[in-house]
Amino acid sequence: MLELSAVNAFYGRIQALKDVSIRVSAGEIITLIGANGAGKTTTLMSVSGIVRPASGAIMFEDRNLNEVEPDQIVAAGISHVPEGRRIFPYLTVQENLDLGAYLRRDRAAVRTDLDYVFELFPILSQRRHQPGGTLSGGEQQMLAISRALMARPRLLLLDEPSLGLAPLIVQQIFEILGQINRENGTTIFLVEQNAYMALRVAHRGYVMENGSIVLTDDSTVLLENEQVKSAYLGV
Amino acid sequence: MNYFLGLFVSGLTRGSIYALLALGYTMVYGIIELINFAHGEIYMIGAFTALILASVLSIAGLDAISILVIASLVAMIYSAAYGFTMEKIAYKPVRNSQRLSALISAIGMSLFLQNYVRLAQTSNFLPFPTLIPRLGFLQQLTFQVTSAQFVIFVTTTVVMILLTLLIKFSRVGKSMRAASQDKTMAMLLGVNVNRVIALTFVIGSATAALGGVLISSFTGQINFYIGFMAGIKAFVAAVLGGIGSIPGAVLGSFVLGWTESFGAGYISSDYEDVFAFAILVLILIFKPSGLLGRPENKKV
Repeated sequence: MLELSAVNAFYGRIQALKDVSIRVSAGEIITLIGANGAGKTTTLMSVSGIVRPASGAIMFEDRNLNEVEPDQIVAAGISHVPEGRRIFPYLTVQENLDLGAYLRRDRAAVRTDLDYVFELFPILSQRRHQPGGTLSGGEQQMLAISRALMARPRLLLLDEPSLGLAPLIVQQIFEILGQINRENGTTIFLVEQNAYMALRVAHRGYVMENGSIVLTDDSTVLLENEQVKSAYLGV
Repeated sequence: MNYFLGLFVSGLTRGSIYALLALGYTMVYGIIELINFAHGEIYMIGAFTALILASVLSIAGLDAISILVIASLVAMIYSAAYGFTMEKIAYKPVRNSQRLSALISAIGMSLFLQNYVRLAQTSNFLPFPTLIPRLGFLQQLTFQVTSAQFVIFVTTTVVMILLTLLIKFSRVGKSMRAASQDKTMAMLLGVNVNRVIALTFVIGSATAALGGVLISSFTGQINFYIGFMAGIKAFVAAVLGGIGSIPGAVLGSFVLGWTESFGAGYISSDYEDVFAFAILVLILIFKPSGLLGRPENKKV
């Protein structure tokens, strides 16, 4: 479904991605784990067209995304929940969700999806008319995920959904990610520092260090890998 | 009492014109954090366009109301095209460079447009026809309200209401608010931010042009330099209300209009501009974010 092949990207003169190749098949949850500054966020930003690769190709269902505008990438079926959630603080919860469905014209289906996200996260329907900025961190993460789902994506990119949240909330969010994947068949590309949680929910994983992919395997294998254990799982 | 009401009405008229202009400043600032110094020139170009059209149309023998409506609409469209082009050639190329570059580009644009009109038209004052027809019912009021004052106030109110509805409830309005809060996030949701920015310039320019046509019809004369002072005043109004805030721009405009008109009426008309700028200094000292502005939120 999504294939990055030998992608190189730069911030000024600093190389953020070095020959990154990642393949995501339809229906999968894959995770990209690694330390701070490894290039995980840049990887997602390049899929969304915010960061442009200097070389290599990003293919989404046989379409090369290298030159496609960000809004057209969303239209193609890719939604991105960025690091830090980036809720519009002065827009209400409802307006944030409306913007998630910005490109859609099928009003009836948008309503169904709205009911669906309220079912996933009932707290959001209570907070519906509150400004996004007044929500707690966990609620904002739920809103960010819901907002992305409102586009009815086929591929969901998630950047550190566990960041700064209480373990119980993280647990809840990861369960719902698994649920979204099973119920709707939404493919998920998850970037995480919380390697344990990420590998438990994902089918396969990639390990990134200094802008390069150093390891890839099934999650169950990675969970047992000595290198991963000592560097990312703290055991 | 009638003297007071007269000053009140005159402040309201000034405030209305400032509001039509201040909207453009505040909307553009809200989205790209640029003070568009050439905004006053768009207002002036609107007035010139209307003048030329009004001359042609009156030769063609149209009645005053038709001339006013047609001249205003064409001036708005023509100025909107100027605003659109200005953004594309002067601001978009420098959008990702330092803020200072865009500011200098804006000042350059302002000087260019002033002198372009001076060369293309004339540097003298030109008489501007009274396009606003006489409204009989205003004669029955105990205090004086001219037809022009009345039309200016009503038009501004209608424009403000329409714009508020557009921004609050429409899809375009939501995308504008989203882009002003977080452009990258708006892009990630499928908003074409370049188009939103262009649209902001188009709307701001059209309302500025409308202001230019209305006030010129009230004052009766124009030249290439009228946009400068009006632009600065409207900028003061936008800062007063809280730059980036639309209700703030409207409130700031009326506060400024009344300050000038009461100051001129009760103290001295020689110091009219002094009052305007004194109030700017005061607001910058005591409430730098303006009357309705949001405090600058620094990211940590």
